[in-house]
Parts: sequence; structure tokens; C-alpha cells
Amino acid sequence: MTGAPRILYCHCAFAKVVPAEVKTAVLAGLSDANVEFDAVPDLCEMAARGDARLRELAAHEPLRVAACFPRAVRWLFSAADATLPEQTTRVWNMRTDSAESVLAGLLDRQAAPPEGPAA
Amino acid sequence: MSLVPASRSRVVLHGGAGATLSGSDRARLAQLLLERGLEVACRHDEGVDTADLDGGSPDAAATALAERAGAAAAPAAWKPWFPVIDYARCTNCMQCLSFCLFDVYGVSADKKIQVQNQSNCKTECPACSRVCPEVAIMFPKYRHAPINGEEVQSDDLRREAMKVDISALLGGDIYSMLRDRSVKAKSRFSKERDDERALKERQNCLVALKRDLEIPAEVLAALPSPEEILAKADAARRRAEAARAQVAPPADGGKD
Repeated sequence: MTGAPRILYCHCAFAKVVPAEVKTAVLAGLSDANVEFDAVPDLCEMAARGDARLRELAAHEPLRVAACFPRAVRWLFSAADATLPEQTTRVWNMRTDSAESVLAGLLDRQAAPPEGPAA
Repeated sequence: MSLVPASRSRVVLHGGAGATLSGSDRARLAQLLLERGLEVACRHDEGVDTADLDGGSPDAAATALAERAGAAAAPAAWKPWFPVIDYARCTNCMQCLSFCLFDVYGVSADKKIQVQNQSNCKTECPACSRVCPEVAIMFPKYRHAPINGEEVQSDDLRREAMKVDISALLGGDIYSMLRDRSVKAKSRFSKERDDERALKERQNCLVALKRDLEIPAEVLAALPSPEEILAKADAARRRAEAARAQVAPPADGGKD
């Protein structure tokens, strides 16, 4: 669990609940930042299919996720039999947070530990 | 380029030192691929770069890559709409199983409530989350808190209490209301042979459901007949009771 953080970005492609400008800016920021990341079309759709990739992604520690509400993300993974480790997973919410704050969290190597449950 | 075998095809983009694809083109390409339902990874030491675009734009490259990955079309129109259970809140009361008419819920081998038939769920219908006494059911694509997954606040719990009161005012559970209204309507129907009045009674009931539980009109229109509703509700209730009977009450007071 001491490796470099893995970054996971959810594009929420099947609905319009995440502001398009935030998604676009976060994806652009990641692409400009010279970091490795994984991007998925839609975590909800993957959870609905019970996609085994969710288990692979959850196995990476530490994991930083750009998606929606942490409670939803945690239990979406759980719905696909994938457990996000609470202590090493952080979720940034693109529904409510600005692209700047999401990127700051994703890219900050010294990101503060989560306050309360991380995911 | 490499298409990594996975649940969905994945396109790997080269994003490390020496990559000649600009950050903005890489972001555009990634966005287009995601919108075609493909996973995208950005890696330092492998993946698609300028040479793979053959001088074309990210848009053209996305189309070509998606075709090669067998995902030329946009994702299906299906909105991933299904209940997600917060097991940190769920008390396994089975009310959702008893309530849902579409067999979305089931019970696991260890007698735990679980979502078993996601695709049976009716898009935009959050009714089961509204009857959950613990605010434990989320629909992440929903507009409002806490059903959308936002943390549950004390106000939400107060609303739950109000919901129970409303339910009590309506005469118990929502199916009781349906049943009573159905029986009354039938009784009047048989006495008066009044088609119009019976129809109005049913409509009033549906309006109450729509208002109190935010059930979309399309879902209400697709509801089975009152007799089928009763049969389904009774069957679901029996399953829930059987599951509850086999689960010993947890020592911590009921939280999962």
C-alpha cells in the first residue's frame, strides 16, 4: 500500500448529473499533468454489470477517485463485490466540487488523509 | 496502440516523457473514447501517440480506435438506474423487498437483502429509497440528497419519521392503501356500476403515490392490476418474513 497513488476518473457517461465543464476540466488537467491514470465511462454501469475490473481497480492502494459522492462510490464498488479500502482510498466529488479542487486533491502527492470515512 | 482485454475494451494512451501527443489532444481523445463506452488508461511507457493518429484529428482517431475495439457506437441509451444499498445503514428489515413490485430485490444465501435484478428497476423511480426507514438505499444518478449518495443528515432522518407518519395517516403501508381503495372502488362499482367513479378513485390513488413517493407517471401506468399487485406484495412479504425469521438479530442493535 505504499506505492504511488493510482488515479481513477469516472466520466459518468450515461447521465448528466456531473457538470460537463467539471468533467472536461478534470480530464484535461490529468492529461496535462504527466501522470498515469485510468478513466472509465461510468462506474454505475460497471457496477450494474458486476464488472470484474472494479475489483482490479479497488486492489490498488492508495487509490484516488474522481467521481461523485463518496458514499455512492463506496457502495457501487461493493455492489460489484469490490471493496475499497477505507484508509487508502479518497474520493473527490465532481458533482459538487470545482475542477480545481478535484485536481488539487488528485495530483497532490501530500494529499491530507480523509476526514472520516474516505469512501 | 494496445487494446487490453478487459471487461470493456481499453485504449492505452501514451502520456509519458517523449509523448508527442499534446495534453489537450490526449484529453479530447480520451473524452471521445469514454463517450463511446471504452475505458482509457494513460501510461508513461506505452500506448497511442501521434504516429497512431496518422495525421488525423483526435475525433477521427477516436472513431478509428473505437471501430477497432468494436465500440463504434455510443453507449446504449440505458441509464444505469438501480438501487445501491448502503450496508453501513441497512438493518435488513426487508421493507424494500416487500415494497418493490418489480422483483429488483432478493435475499442472499446468508439471508441478507441484496439487489438481484438491476435491469428490472424502473428508470427515475426512487420509490424504494423513499420507503427505506434507514435512508440506506441510493440511486447515484438521482438529482437530490440523500438518495443521490450524499451523506445522510439529521434532517433526512426527521423526514423519514415524517414519512412513517404519513404512511400511518394513509392507513398503514402503501399497499394497504391501494388495497383498501381498490376494495372500496370495487364495492361502489358493483353497487353503482359507475365506471367513471371507479376510474377516478384509481387515479386519485395514483396521484397520491406519485406525490408522496415521486414515482414517475410511466411507472404508475405500467403497474400491474390491483389483484396482481396484491399477489406480488403478499409473495414478497412472505419472502421477507421468511428471510427475517432465519436471521438472528445482530448483537449491535441491528446495524449491518
